[in-house]
Amino acid sequence: MAVIKSNFAIEEGIYQMEVAWTGDVTPGQFFMLRAWDRDPLLSRPFCVHDYDPESGTLTFLYQVKGKGTKLMSELGPMDAIQLDGPHGNGFPDVKSNLVVVGGGMGIAPLLYAVRDFKAKHKRKKVRVYLGYSFESYGVEPFNDVADDVIVNIGGIITEKVEVKRGETVFGCGPNVMMRALADAVPPKHPVYLSLEKRMACGMGVCLGCSVKTVDGNKQVCADGPVFERDELIWEGGL
Amino acid sequence: MSGALLTNFAGVPFKNPVIAASGTFGFGRQFEKIYDLSEIGGLCTKGLTLEPRPGNTGERLWETPAGLLNSIGLENPGVDAFIENEWPHLADIDTVTIPNVGGSDLESYVEAVSRFNDLPVKLIELNISCPNVKCGGMAFGMDPEQAYAVTKAVVDESAHPVMAKLTPNAPDLVAVAKACEEAGAAGLSLINTVQGMAVDIDRRRIVFDNVYAGLSGPAVKPIALRMVHQVVHAVKIPVMALGGIADWRDALEFIMIGAQCVQVGTMNFVDTTVLPDIAEGLETYCVQHGLSNIDEVRGIL
Ligand SMILES: Cc1cc2nc3c(=O)[nH]c(=O)nc-3n(C[C@H](O)[C@H](O)[C@H](O)COP(=O)(O)OP(=O)(O)OC[C@H]3O[C@@H](n4cnc5c(N)ncnc54)[C@H](O)[C@@H]3O)c2cc1C
Ligand SMILES: Cc1cc2nc3c(=O)[nH]c(=O)nc-3n(C[C@H](O)[C@H](O)[C@H](O)COP(=O)(O)O)c2cc1C
Ligand code: FES
Repeated sequence: MAVIKSNFAIEEGIYQMEVAWTGDVTPGQFFMLRAWDRDPLLSRPFCVHDYDPESGTLTFLYQVKGKGTKLMSELGPMDAIQLDGPHGNGFPDVKSNLVVVGGGMGIAPLLYAVRDFKAKHKRKKVRVYLGYSFESYGVEPFNDVADDVIVNIGGIITEKVEVKRGETVFGCGPNVMMRALADAVPPKHPVYLSLEKRMACGMGVCLGCSVKTVDGNKQVCADGPVFERDELIWEGGL
Repeated sequence: MSGALLTNFAGVPFKNPVIAASGTFGFGRQFEKIYDLSEIGGLCTKGLTLEPRPGNTGERLWETPAGLLNSIGLENPGVDAFIENEWPHLADIDTVTIPNVGGSDLESYVEAVSRFNDLPVKLIELNISCPNVKCGGMAFGMDPEQAYAVTKAVVDESAHPVMAKLTPNAPDLVAVAKACEEAGAAGLSLINTVQGMAVDIDRRRIVFDNVYAGLSGPAVKPIALRMVHQVVHAVKIPVMALGGIADWRDALEFIMIGAQCVQVGTMNFVDTTVLPDIAEGLETYCVQHGLSNIDEVRGIL
């Protein structure tokens, strides 16, 4: 059980929750959250939006979609929430300049990814592309950590993305967008994509979140959610 | 531990009657990081087939009120890879590892089960009840004659006792249970998942590529109780009961109606320590009620 420090809407239906937590967590990793007894039955996966080891604050950014996220949105400071994790493998530690592409709620893990990268490689540059269908949200904190932030509303963000010599790409968003990004970036750039699948266990035992890779099936929860572009086999849908 | 939970199932001793259900526990490695597997009576492996299987395409999970629909489709590395990579590790753990074996025809069942003949396996769970693979699986568990044929063929070739895992989707479950007993099964486990379906109105699609999927979790418990009750009264071989068990009280319900052991599946996803918690809860119950063994309340209803 962890204690909630704050939980409020940053936009209609988009919430930010800060939880007291300390430990090791890599950008792109996720937690299984629950703040209810047995209804809904399963815990819900959420990736780390931000983490400050000094104050022991873990931040989630989430959209209210159904019963679970609705219940989460009704919590307040000092309420308890169950955090199980961190799970999975996050984004790798890269040494080149970075391009980061987020679509909708896919922006969630990218803030911590950029912050962590900048902390480790002060001289390297990060350019961030954030794409939204209707309204933007959660852009401000990116302005504080990235060298350049490009916001796009409506349209297709992957068409706007430019990748320069020697840059590595991180992406997170709907799986169709991840595929478009995989196709759009020239082969010589390493591309790391965070995928989304419905999950039951979140720990690699139910095999409900398998994706096809060149090394056979892998689980998004345990082997991912971040995969290298060339590992993934998209044919037949993820 | 007082010994109150020591349970004999078809000649196999279990330190307690609480066992992980197939497909919800992998090969134990993930749970080993959370608790000592010697705390639980046993574990059933993910369903194993002769050849590796990639499992089903499309959506594989869909939550329902108090339940879970799955269409995994027996994704597994194959019996040989299991024996090479997982068995040596599991064999060192002080718990009963029960390989769960599936097949698509008589030959593949027999061949897969016989791969275990030279290993010190104590019990094999024969999966004749998976609703998620088109070829075979559940087809064998639907009909008493087919269930008899596959169980007999496997029992004849297996060096180890065989427990047949039954499907609640069989039109006459009791007849299937009796057929398995007659074919030489040492025990039965039930229930596998209840066939169900889901529709995604937003995408205007049937959720699963395979159309139908298997329902598990607390939603199915009353059905499982009824079926276990019917079966324990119809056969003499022991029954491992499962379907929706979430805590020690649920486990005790099944034991009171005559289950020798219980398995827990879906709830492992919800609460990762549910298995040792149930064992502990049953132990406490025995102590509090002055039972020297849980057998004193087994089958009292
Ligand atoms: C690794 C991972 C990380 C995630 N990180 C975040 C995050 O940081 N912020 C955030 O807002 N969301 C995130 N999600 C999605 C989030 O888990 C779901 O939105 C949430 O489970 C919905 O729960 P609910 O009870 O509110 O909705 P439900 O009633 O369960 O479902 C409502 C709708 O949500 C969608 N949904 C349900 N489960 C999932 C799922 N596992 N993945 C994707 N969509 C789902 C479906 O489209 C469904 O129609 C993540 C998902 C994964 C797999
Ligand atoms: C994700 C998942 C995978 C499963 N895989 C198998 C399997 O490989 N073999 C098998 O015999 N049963 C399998 N089952 C069925 C369970 O072992 C069990 O019979 C069923 O889920 C009912 O128990 P429960 O309500 O406790 O989960 C699976 C169930 C789930 C939820
Ligand atoms: S969610 Fe169970 S294996 Fe990934």
